[in-house]
Amino acid sequence: MRYISYLIIGIFFGIIMYKSEASSWFRIYEMFQFGSFHMYGIIGSALILGVIGIQLIKKFKIKAIGGAEMNLYPKKKGVVNYLFGGIIFGLGWALAGACPGPMYVLVGAGYYSILVVIGGALLGTFVYGIVKNKLPH
Amino acid sequence: MDWIYEPWPWYVAGPLIALTMFLLLYAGKQFGMSSNLRTMCSIGGAGKYSDFFKFDWKSQRWNLTVVLGSVIGGFIASQFLSNNTVEINPKTTTHLSQDYGIESAGSAYLPTELFASENLADPFVLIILILGGFLVGFGARYAGGCTSGHAISGLSNLQLPSLIAVIGFFIGGLVMVHLLFPLIFS
Repeated sequence: MRYISYLIIGIFFGIIMYKSEASSWFRIYEMFQFGSFHMYGIIGSALILGVIGIQLIKKFKIKAIGGAEMNLYPKKKGVVNYLFGGIIFGLGWALAGACPGPMYVLVGAGYYSILVVIGGALLGTFVYGIVKNKLPH
Repeated sequence: MDWIYEPWPWYVAGPLIALTMFLLLYAGKQFGMSSNLRTMCSIGGAGKYSDFFKFDWKSQRWNLTVVLGSVIGGFIASQFLSNNTVEINPKTTTHLSQDYGIESAGSAYLPTELFASENLADPFVLIILILGGFLVGFGARYAGGCTSGHAISGLSNLQLPSLIAVIGFFIGGLVMVHLLFPLIFS
């Protein structure tokens, strides 16, 4: 039953990503060209509501379903891995025009070349796992 | 009935993305899509090569189910709710066409020059797609998250590491589009 909820959340997310054009290479390119407010509006409005909502959750100690704590643990402190990893991610995001959520959405939309991008992403993840201990973190 | 094919404006999409995050939090989970790549590596046996992939991937089945859902969502939206074209800033359209020979802005959802299946035979296109994906996968794990995990979940929780990562995303994206695109596509 819980898996049905995750599936529905995924379908909901997929439709949003496609319908908002956040899955479009063109929109990502346009964002990095500062050609439109669209992507900034999407991320910005999600963020404003996200910040307010999470503050309310913390203030009123709202629990997850079943009374468990919400999954809001602080991220591990650091700079180098977040900055370097972020820059590498950004280079790929702009080149492939897709981040990890939209990649799956585009498979469903029938753009099968995106499977090559996903293959590349799996390879990148795998190589990170191999060289992880040699990288500055 | 044409309105149904219209793209959703940012003020509809943004709040719905926040809602996605809250639904996952309420379910006791978190919103982060790139960790699925690690899970898939583990399922594929990557644990033989690095301890990074030795974890109980079955605990991540919920997130793989979200992935399956987003594939279905992409299918539904593209088949029934969209005319599958994206209108962007006309200046950007002109620039893409004049400088890089990418002519499909306004008539396709993704640039056909890069994403039409028949162009996979072109080694240049193949390398772009593999390299783009590679950087996304490597960078997301190095940074410990992607757009959903850092830009939405992490920043919403006022996490400084996520702010650093998102600044990195934009440095990388701007360098790619403004400094490297002219070298790659001209």
